[in-house]
Amino acid sequence: MVKGFKVTMAALVMAGALAGCGNSKESGAEKEKSGAKTEEISGTLTAAGSTALQPLAEEAANEITGKNPNLSVTVQGGGSGTGVNQVAAGAIDIGNSDVPSADKIEDKTQADKLVDTKVAGIAFALVVNKDVKVESLKEEQIQGIFSGKYKNWKEVGGNDEKINVINRPASSGTRATFEKTIMKDVKVDDSIGTAQDSSGAVEQSINTTPGSVSYLAMSYFVGDKKDSLKTLKINDVEPTIENVSAEKYPFWSYEYMITNGEPKDAAKEFINFVSGEEFAAKVEEMGYIPMSELE
Amino acid sequence: MKGKKSINYIKNEYIGRTLVTICGFLIVLTTLAIIIFICQKGMQSFLDSKLSLGEFLTSDKWSPNNKSYGALVFIAGSTAVSLGAVIISAPIGIAIAIFNNHIAPKFGARFLKPVLELLVGIPSVVYGFLGVVILVPMLRENFGGVGFSLIAGVIVLSIMILPTIASIADDAIRGVSPAYLEASYGLGSTRWQAVSRVVVPAAKTGIMTGVVLGLARAFGEALAVQMVIGNTVKLPDGLYSPTSTLTGILSMDMSNTLNGTAWNNALWTLAMILLLISFLFILIIRVISKKGAQA
Repeated sequence: MVKGFKVTMAALVMAGALAGCGNSKESGAEKEKSGAKTEEISGTLTAAGSTALQPLAEEAANEITGKNPNLSVTVQGGGSGTGVNQVAAGAIDIGNSDVPSADKIEDKTQADKLVDTKVAGIAFALVVNKDVKVESLKEEQIQGIFSGKYKNWKEVGGNDEKINVINRPASSGTRATFEKTIMKDVKVDDSIGTAQDSSGAVEQSINTTPGSVSYLAMSYFVGDKKDSLKTLKINDVEPTIENVSAEKYPFWSYEYMITNGEPKDAAKEFINFVSGEEFAAKVEEMGYIPMSELE
Repeated sequence: MKGKKSINYIKNEYIGRTLVTICGFLIVLTTLAIIIFICQKGMQSFLDSKLSLGEFLTSDKWSPNNKSYGALVFIAGSTAVSLGAVIISAPIGIAIAIFNNHIAPKFGARFLKPVLELLVGIPSVVYGFLGVVILVPMLRENFGGVGFSLIAGVIVLSIMILPTIASIADDAIRGVSPAYLEASYGLGSTRWQAVSRVVVPAAKTGIMTGVVLGLARAFGEALAVQMVIGNTVKLPDGLYSPTSTLTGILSMDMSNTLNGTAWNNALWTLAMILLLISFLFILIIRVISKKGAQA
């Protein structure tokens, strides 16, 4: 028994070591090839982090590995914090984040090592329950609603109904963008309304709670979810790619892929692919904003 | 021949013994490692991030973006929701145990027990989902507010911990010597008198253990409660207002904060508090069973 156990352990250790070797060998081979762009990309990439960016990263991983059978890309969620944490610790190659890494990290020396690359934009929209008779809100009105100044929809030009605020948790990337672009210096009051953990939970609550208001990424409204919720205009401007790129619609942010040091080899190819022209149509189809629209 | 026999003897006796001992030590080491890790991480709030312990435990202002960390809301929320669940569940659980043993043993064994076992097997996310879809709208329509509330958490949890309390109480009541019952009948008591004055008091220790275990389980449950309680960072005004729990804030914010930041450290401290409270429950169970053994 003990002998068997030892052998198994030894085998496990060996396998781990071999896997490690395989990894570095592959990336070594990849390094030789990356000079010529038409050459196939190979190697192993792991990316994790933002759940908002995850669907896009997964789609990009599918497409790029379809073209390069020797490349394998694993994309996981976990949240923007996880993405930055893991890439800073060297556990993954690419950390996906809704916010620049410097916004999350307190330790300056660690922050300097990380390189943020913008790969796409993402627009957000205010969403309300269907019974809310408001079509557009001004920024001042939104600030008033989420800071607790306005408590009834009639105060912002709607019907006589109580406002039920639904927030995202304070650490959420969506919430961070909301505070940065819409709330600005006004503080969100966490003691009013409720908070929901995920986009799905927000949709569920908005649909069932009368007078409710929250915010969701536009990438959530694709496919069969397209008309699932009523979205509001901000300052009479609709949340569309055109309006974001014309700088008329304020509620949007970049999505970042973060690497430890300048991206190189397979990571560089992958990041270029996600933000590149070839993939732009898919980016738009999935509800994100291609980089070409933002420059 | 003799030598061979003793080798076999050594093999059979010592190898088995060594393996079992290793497993025993392994579980002790794992537990200790977890405790040490969490406490070490939890202490960082006070050592590295210089938060004050008094403020952490007594302030109800939790606003990490503005550097205020007060955990009172979460501690109070977790305590209220668990105690509420036990207050509903304990009488029902004990009643089920009595019914099972003394009113209808056959029906109990054939139907009630399997049903309770099924109840244990339902994943917590299903309880949470049922809570969101059925309970929350029901509460909103009948009692006003948003529906996401302390009472919603209490009801969902009470169903979840019912099998724990019922099955331990069931074992405790079954363990009461039939001689007690017979003696009670011999003194001319009715069945209900015998059960309520003799059997239940005799099984008190086991029943209390079940109740405390139920309480511990309620305290540690994260997902289902988080889905229905509203997650508002505010002390509840009453049963129908939303609040937050320790587990809820942990599961919502942990993945989005970075290692080493004050925010992340504060979350670890919450985890430490959760662990300490569970220890308290275990301590209570041990004291109860010791008392029971003496009696």
